[in-house]
Order: sequence, then structure tokens, then C-alpha cells
Amino acid sequence: MTAVGADQRQQMAYVATQAADARLNVEVETEGMTLNIGPQHPATHGTLRLVARLDGEQVVEAEPIMGYMHRGYEKLAEVRTYPQVTTLINRIDWLGSFANEVPFILAAEKLMEVEAPPRAQWIRTALFELSRIANITLFLGDMAVQLGALTPVFMAFRDREFVLNQIEAVTGGRFHPNFDRIGGLKDDLPQGWINDTKQAMEKIRDFCDEFEELVLGNEIFEARSRGIGIVPPEVGLSYGLSGANIRASGVDWDLRRDGHEALAYDQVDWKVWTHPDGDSFARYWVRLQETREATHIVDQLLDGLPSGPIMAKVPRIIKVPAGEAYAATENPLGEMGYYIVSKGDLVPFRVKIRSASFSNISITPWLLKGVYVPDIITILASLYFILGDIDR
Amino acid sequence: MTQLSSTDTDATTDAGAQADELREAWAARLADALGDGYVEHHIIPGGDLWVRVTRDSWTDAATAARDQLGCQFFDWLSAIDWLPSPYGRDMDAQEDNPQPKAADPMEQGHAGGQTRFQMVVRLYSITEHMGVTIKADLPKDDLSIDTLIQVYAGADWHEREAWEMFGIHFNSHPDLRHIYLPGEFEGNPLRKDFPLLARRVKPWPGIVDVELFPGEEGP
Repeated sequence: MTAVGADQRQQMAYVATQAADARLNVEVETEGMTLNIGPQHPATHGTLRLVARLDGEQVVEAEPIMGYMHRGYEKLAEVRTYPQVTTLINRIDWLGSFANEVPFILAAEKLMEVEAPPRAQWIRTALFELSRIANITLFLGDMAVQLGALTPVFMAFRDREFVLNQIEAVTGGRFHPNFDRIGGLKDDLPQGWINDTKQAMEKIRDFCDEFEELVLGNEIFEARSRGIGIVPPEVGLSYGLSGANIRASGVDWDLRRDGHEALAYDQVDWKVWTHPDGDSFARYWVRLQETREATHIVDQLLDGLPSGPIMAKVPRIIKVPAGEAYAATENPLGEMGYYIVSKGDLVPFRVKIRSASFSNISITPWLLKGVYVPDIITILASLYFILGDIDR
Repeated sequence: MTQLSSTDTDATTDAGAQADELREAWAARLADALGDGYVEHHIIPGGDLWVRVTRDSWTDAATAARDQLGCQFFDWLSAIDWLPSPYGRDMDAQEDNPQPKAADPMEQGHAGGQTRFQMVVRLYSITEHMGVTIKADLPKDDLSIDTLIQVYAGADWHEREAWEMFGIHFNSHPDLRHIYLPGEFEGNPLRKDFPLLARRVKPWPGIVDVELFPGEEGP
């Protein structure tokens, strides 16, 4: 495989320019121009607008402009009861909705000093990982399509259905389950679900193997993503980058393993994947490995599922005692957390939503400085954001 | 801490006690580093650490957290408006709340506070796997505080958000512009006295929303 490095490409571009200059025998003067990408652009997953000031083919300055989908969830949550808030926050990261509910419920449970029974924690964790798979499979196809490969995205949409069907079978909703409750879950698993899910996990593993060859083994993909958009670990951390984005920079940190929330990750055997390079290729690679790892987590959780109730004893009308609590989990996009301030009422006094994409995208003005125009697309795709998760 | 089986109970309580010791140590080190700028702290055992500092030592506190506690990860920054909602409970359906509750007195949360607006920043150490929530009071007549961009580059957008949502000015922030709301938007939506117009125009239906079965008597 002959992968072309970034330095080499820059050199090639330089040589080509030199040759052209010599032919024309004129000085090439570049004129600054402003390029507007979006708000409606396939590379923006919604309505992220990017204004880039260019010098020739290079970006001098790029600035994301958001807010086209700001829905004010923090304000809306102040006039809704705790069970009503989960309906709202389902819509933050709409590809992995169940994962949005979990940290909010965990924060509320902290304040109420309630802990979900073991069976509920295990099913919660399994559904959490299914959300992750549903979310990341789409990324795996989507980044490839943005680099010009059309097939992977169709395969991703096809195989994601296996997981969505399983989520639907339990919760009744493909995208917005609203299934997590303070103190447990709404329902137990339906009959035959465990076997069906294991078959689905088998298919997802096949999907991952296929993508490992089809996308990661593709020369064009490698040439366009290796060495592009390198994030040094300390810069990433100071911008608040989390999740696979920071693990692709070699930071071995995963809230599933390192967090202290009441989930069943410490009961199963799994591995945190990191990659030392910190470029777009590494981010794709880490996510692909994580998807495969997630299928193993789900398999083990379903094998060892404890029996027992799925709801702790909580009052019918939920009043959360006064106090403050922060709970965060490792969501498909990175760290998602909720800071709840309660005054002992039916409604939260203040909810601060820490969404992963907002922080992940805040590095783009720094990261896009000096890159070439086609690399903007690679970098944005590899940072992977969901607009609802930025705008909230 | 997760406690799923009785066998690992000892191990988890040990880890919990260790974490609490570390929280105490963090609070002590911040107190050392800040001197008079340090106000108080609050620890929930096995839970979390809150530290309150004065407004003037806001950036010093963040620098100390980064350099001395190893909190490299910038989690988030925001503010809290402690004013009890002047609209009381009239946004709830009256059937749910027959007697509207009188407004509560203003009461600040963990690690206390004296003023209506309080800054909150959460920093996290990826080696200790522990976070700290730092707060600072803002005086009523001067809602401004120093920016944290020099300490954590990621503070930029979070501060822009806090600026437009709460109207807090960040000194020497290079680019304080609207981030979510349109440029001509007036007001600070997350302030408690900013009315949620949708609710004012059409009250929340609450239990009135329940459709009656045929033949059923109304409430």
C-alpha cells in the first residue's frame, strides 16, 4: 500500500505550482476569498455553517456558525417535571438517543439517593451500547461518503437497522425511546430478545470486518485522512475534546471504565482502544474498534443478565431533594453530562447540559487553520458531530 | 460507586474513602494556592467536590487546578441564576397546583454563595478520574469576570454562551459575540426573570390535557 503522507502531498503541490509558475513565467498572486459552507451542506449533518477565509487553497481562518437548531433545552427543562425532561433530551443526540437519557437519570438518582436494581443497570448498559452501535455505524458510513466512497453509507444504513430493530423491540421507539426512568426502566425485555440481539451483534461484527477492509484498507481513504487534522493530546484536553476524538490522540481515558456511575461496565471484560496518531484516520480507526468492542460488551451483558426487579422503590410523583449533582457518561460522541440544581421541587431549578459535540467542535477554528479546502470536509467528518448535540 | 454484589463492598468503600481523602487534599491545595481568594468548599462523600473562590482569583483557581491538581480536561463552564422565578408556579396547570406557592427566598447551593449570579466551571483530571466544580459569586452591580481562555482554550465558546444566556461580561475575551441566538436578540434567556413566552401565551395543560372516555364525568 502506498499511502501518501501530508508532507509529501504538500511537497507535490509545491512542485506542481513551481512548474506552473515557470511555464507561465508570471508571479502568482493569490487573492483572499471567503467561502461559505452550509448551513445546508451534506458535510454538515444538519445545519452547521462554516465560514472560511481562504488564501488560494488554504484556510486562513475558519469559523463555525451555529444556532440554527438551538431549541433552548436548558430553559425548557426548568418548567418540566423530571420524567418530562427525558422526552426533551432524547432529541439532543438523535442517533443515540437512549444514551442521552442515562446521565440525566443518573444525576437525578444521585440527588434522590436511589440506585437502580442490578437488572435495570445491566439492561441500561446494554441499551446504552446498542445506542452507541446505532450511532457509530452511521458515522463509519458517513465519513466514507464524504471522502467520495458511496457504497459504505448504504451498508451502514442497512446494518444499523439490525440494531434499531432491537432497540425498537424493547422500547417501542427507533430513535426516541424515552425508556429510562428514575430508579430503573419502564419495562423488562421482551421474550426472545436476547437471542435476536446476539444475532444482530454477529451481523455488526461482520459489518466491522467488512469496513476494516473496505474503508480502512482503501488507499484513497488513507491518503485523504492520514496526517490530516492532527490533534495533540494537551490541546485536545484544553478544548474539552472527549470520547473517541481524544482517544485517537493517545489519551487512555474512557468514562465507561474510569467514571463512577452506576452502570454495569465494571462487570464485563472489555478494552479501551486508543491510537497514537491523532489524525482523521486514527479517529475513524478508534471508532471502528469501539463498535466491535461494544458488540462484545452487549454479548457479555446479555449472558450474565441478573434476574430481579427492574424498578427501585420510588414515589409515583417524583420530587427531587434540594442539592446539586453532576453525572456524566461516555456517550457515542464523547462525554455527556448533566448538572442538575434542584430546590426540592417537581421541576429542576437549573439544568446545565454538557454535550460532547459542542466542545468537540470548538477546536475547529484552531484545527482548520492552514489546511486545504478538501481537508475541511475530512476533518469535520472525522470529528463527528450531531447538530442537535451542538445546539441543544 | 457501583455496588452490585456483596463481595466487592469492602473494595468499593475503600476506593470511596480514598477518593474522599483526595478531594480533601485537592481542597487544601487550592486553599494554599489561593490564600484569601479561597472562600469555602463542600464535599459530598463518595460524590463530588465544590470549591468557592472570590471573583478576583477566578483565573488563579483555574490555573492552580490545571497545574497543581492535574485537571487538564476542561469540562464545561456556565452560570447559575439563583433568583427564585418571579413567575412563581403560574406556569403549571392550576389543577396540578391549586394554591400557587409563594416565591422561595433566594438560597444558594453547595459551597454557599451571597449573590444572585454565580459562575460555575467544572474541571477534570484524566489521571485521577476526578473532577472539581469551582464557583465564584458575581456582585449585582458588576456582572463581569476574567476570561479563562488563557488557561483553557475551550473556555471561549462556553463563555460566549454564558455571556448571551446570562449577560455576564468576560474581561479580555477577544470575541464576545452571540453564539446561538441571532445577532439582534435582546435579553438573556436563561435568567430567571426572562419569561418563557410559549408558556405565558398558552399555559401548560397538565392534567386538563387528559381526554375523557365517552360517558366519563369531567374532573
